[in-house]
Amino acid sequence: MSELHTVKLKVNGQTYERQVEPRLLLSDFLRHELGLSGTHVGCEHGVCGACTILYDGVAARSCLMFAVQANGHTLATVEGLAPSESELHPLQQAFHEAHGLQCGFCTPGFLMTLVPFLKENHNPSEAEIREAISGNLCRCTGYQHIVDAVKLAAEKMK
Amino acid sequence: MKPAAFDYAIPDTLDAALALKAQHGDDAKFLAGGQSLIPAMNFRLALASLLVDVNGLAELNYIRRTDDGELRLGALTRHRQLERDPLVKQYAPLMHEAMPHVAHPQIRNRGTIGGSLAHADPAAELPVLTVALRARFKAQSVRGERWIACDDFFHTLFTTDLASDEMLTEVALPSLPSRTGTAFVEFSRRRGDYALMGVAAVVTVGENGACQQARLVYLNAGEGPVNARKAAGVLQGQTPSPKLIDEAASVAADSEIEPMGSVHASPAYQRHLAKVLTRRALKQAFERAHT
Repeated sequence: MSELHTVKLKVNGQTYERQVEPRLLLSDFLRHELGLSGTHVGCEHGVCGACTILYDGVAARSCLMFAVQANGHTLATVEGLAPSESELHPLQQAFHEAHGLQCGFCTPGFLMTLVPFLKENHNPSEAEIREAISGNLCRCTGYQHIVDAVKLAAEKMK
Repeated sequence: MKPAAFDYAIPDTLDAALALKAQHGDDAKFLAGGQSLIPAMNFRLALASLLVDVNGLAELNYIRRTDDGELRLGALTRHRQLERDPLVKQYAPLMHEAMPHVAHPQIRNRGTIGGSLAHADPAAELPVLTVALRARFKAQSVRGERWIACDDFFHTLFTTDLASDEMLTEVALPSLPSRTGTAFVEFSRRRGDYALMGVAAVVTVGENGACQQARLVYLNAGEGPVNARKAAGVLQGQTPSPKLIDEAASVAADSEIEPMGSVHASPAYQRHLAKVLTRRALKQAFERAHT
């Protein structure tokens, strides 16, 4: 086993400090070390998008980073989206209303991809939405309802 | 699907990073965006006993233009920055056009130009773009620095001219001559997939409209970026026409590229794609050269 490194980082506003082996993937760190299992792991080679999180505010694959790299950085995961126990983020609410999910496995990745996208694009076209979600796979919906949900979310967030 | 154990260092100066690489040689790898290296490590296709994380070296992240019109791109510049940068859009429109084809937005947020070029995947866009744009590459090591011409940089599959103690730190793109048009087209099965075939075209026309200079460079068409010199020779000195474009496309597709085929596309289909894409790219590049 290689030497352990200290990782101190902020996730969803909360500071954590852990000792990690360098080879620990950031996705596994979030799930197994911090118990934030909302970040899902699908392919582990950057294709499916299920593990997408915000790394310093930017959407990134947590399976293509090592936890040790996140030392000193600020992360956001799906657990941090909803403002309270009883209320959903407008994007989550739109996914709910427009049937943007069935099994829900891919949903955290879609949400974390779309949060920064909608911040930049208040009125996205269908083509822009499809380009934005091109790096996220969904095997249930055929994407149509996801696109509808993004349009609905953009309306809600105006 | 999990990487084998390795040691990790995150030096805060370039000198310290280069010293570590000099000390550990091929056993150490630089970790930049990690978007090719980490999946390869997850699959255990790549192994390293030490990863030298260069993400702390902010001085390697820049896009600037020199007084003599060269674009200088720091090795740690992310794909997303290249895609959106106004200088790249104005002075390297070929790169601006091609960057949205590089994987997915989340990957482009992390991936770096230096990492992609040093990785030298023949199916990647950036190696092709840099050959088409006649880039120069700055390699640094504890021994000093040197510049490498694009024709010397890419050796073969995943192999470059970089020595085991060197880091690619900067890419220089010369300014394009006036009346130059560029175009990039590729075909992939799904958005963001590696393309089955792709081509970058750069053409310069004279005042009389004849083609003064042309370059056609292909991805996924051999062991590295394939510069189709014979096809370019077909165009040189000639007035562009659909017939001339057809001829150049045929020369490149039939006799210059060496596609290897895959489960998704036979070499014959890749050659067919090359012909069709070359026609489209050349037509667009000539139109742009005239405006």
